[in-house]
Amino acid sequence: MNAMTEQTLPTAPDIQPAAASGLGYFFYKVKKSPLTVAGLFIILFMLAMMLFAPWLATHDPNAIDLMYRLLPPSAEHWFGTDEVGRDIYSRIIFGSRQSISVGLFVVAVSGVIGALIGCFSGVVGGRTDRVIMRLMDVMLSVPSLVLTMALAAALGASLFNAMLAIAVVRIPYYVRLARGQALGIREMGYVKAARTFGASRWHIVSWHVIRNALPPLIVQATLDIGGTILMAAALGFIGLGAQQPTAEWGAMVATGRNYVLDQWWYSGFPGLAILITATGFNLFGDGIRDILDPKQKGK
Amino acid sequence: MAFLRMIKKRLLGLLLVVLGVSFITFAISHLIPGDPARLIAGDKASEEIVQNIREQLGLNQPLYIQYGTYLKGLATGDLGTSIRTTRPVLEDLKAFFPATLELSLVALLFASALGIPLGVISAVYKDKPIDQVVRTLAVTGISTPAFWLGLGVIVVFYGKLGLLPGGGRIDEGLTPPAAMTGFYLIDTLLQGDKAAFVSALKHILLPAFTLGFVHLGVVARQIRSAMLEQLQEDYIRTAKANGTSKWGVILHHALPNALIPSVTVIGLALGDLLYGAVLTETVFAWPGMGAYVVNSIQALDFPAVMGFAVVVSFAYVIVNLIVDMLYMLIDPRISEVS
Repeated sequence: MNAMTEQTLPTAPDIQPAAASGLGYFFYKVKKSPLTVAGLFIILFMLAMMLFAPWLATHDPNAIDLMYRLLPPSAEHWFGTDEVGRDIYSRIIFGSRQSISVGLFVVAVSGVIGALIGCFSGVVGGRTDRVIMRLMDVMLSVPSLVLTMALAAALGASLFNAMLAIAVVRIPYYVRLARGQALGIREMGYVKAARTFGASRWHIVSWHVIRNALPPLIVQATLDIGGTILMAAALGFIGLGAQQPTAEWGAMVATGRNYVLDQWWYSGFPGLAILITATGFNLFGDGIRDILDPKQKGK
Repeated sequence: MAFLRMIKKRLLGLLLVVLGVSFITFAISHLIPGDPARLIAGDKASEEIVQNIREQLGLNQPLYIQYGTYLKGLATGDLGTSIRTTRPVLEDLKAFFPATLELSLVALLFASALGIPLGVISAVYKDKPIDQVVRTLAVTGISTPAFWLGLGVIVVFYGKLGLLPGGGRIDEGLTPPAAMTGFYLIDTLLQGDKAAFVSALKHILLPAFTLGFVHLGVVARQIRSAMLEQLQEDYIRTAKANGTSKWGVILHHALPNALIPSVTVIGLALGDLLYGAVLTETVFAWPGMGAYVVNSIQALDFPAVMGFAVVVSFAYVIVNLIVDMLYMLIDPRISEVS
């Protein structure tokens, strides 16, 4: 009997998250994974930078002083100055507001819209579902970087349009994920019960399906924030994102490129900020995926 | 039989993808507030000239007719004319494609040559410090802005050390090899031009490293998880019981089996590299499709952007197909199942 149970039942680590899914257990697992903790610390650090920018900055990020052009890092200007004498350290501090909020905004918008469409599509089924999914397949077949760039260019170069372009291109990923979840949840007893009580489709989607499809969507969203920040920086770099004089990390790297051989700090520090932020979100995203879905571990 | 059925299904899918991609890019290109005819004619041209160009390009036709014309051209391999270079888009892309493919292949080679050993080591020493280092490296790889890494290696290897060139495909004093394959590394060898080969090799190192670094992490992670799965299998225990050495088991038994699922990931990476090259090429002034498309996007040259999207998506599907075919060949279990 014992031998059989061992073979047929999932092993303990597989069922643990479902059995003990409380927040306490979640934090217990987070604490045991040093890389996840590191990611979490980076995220908290960056969020603090966003909130306390005015107190952390040593100079006005947009104050031009042509007497102090392109100075190397020093006690006065920690990360040096740019071609019009602005303090790069202060611009990076304030730039966190642009770069990180892009990540959060894009993921929130594409996640919510994608989840709604996906859950709806999965619950309704039939021809509507087929049409929606084919449309999403087509969108997914276009290389995302090219589609985002084309869309951003068509809308006109600005940070907001870049955010919009990235968000639109990300939607199909969430639609697919949410629909997959919805297909499973649709067959659950509680949904069938709700239906027999005469619950509307909207009620079923918004009340039952979305809240139960949430965990994988949250994991995906966390993993996406890092990628989104990189994408926004890339758009800024080719001139399709934030415009001067906005302090945005990607755009700063792009302008610094003209001086890179002699003034490495100009591109160097903003790029490092992008790298650290994206690493933080990716480490944390990886970690919580492993915790919530041990089967995917390490993939 | 299953093989043929898969190819048929994929080719049909290819048709749908090309239709979809052309439709989306067409729709986007008509979102632009600017007037392409005015863009071609320039600011000073009279309204009459602009009107003439509009008629020539068919821009005064209803949208569905314009799209129909575009599709008809597509079927015969005509991707339209670039507004910026005034040459047929297909000609432009043909000229730039080999450079991009060469860069992507060398980058893939780099990513696999380093990523596979790192993945194996990471799996064998799971949760040991070295595993943590490799995993951190992998995450850093996907978190690095490629354009910034490119600038960094230019500063170090070109600016400070003067070891490697900072851009281009070959030294300006040298004549590029006659195009046989379009790959400078191969063409120079075929012509026996050693100086040109060395120059081409030096020029490709930095951009290939930059482009490959991101995928190094992807490959290492994939190999790691595939190895972890294989190392738990029964045949590993049997091999150990037979007295095979630790690394004999790892390299001769586990690794070949772990490579099978990884073929897909590595193959798909080639597709990603092709369009991922967009930023790297811009940084290194690498004369490929990526730099071409960035210039086209900034000039709102949508025929060129559409052409690029169609060609790259096409290449993506073809690479996918080849990968799946390889997959069936190296793992007979798959064709039996399907």
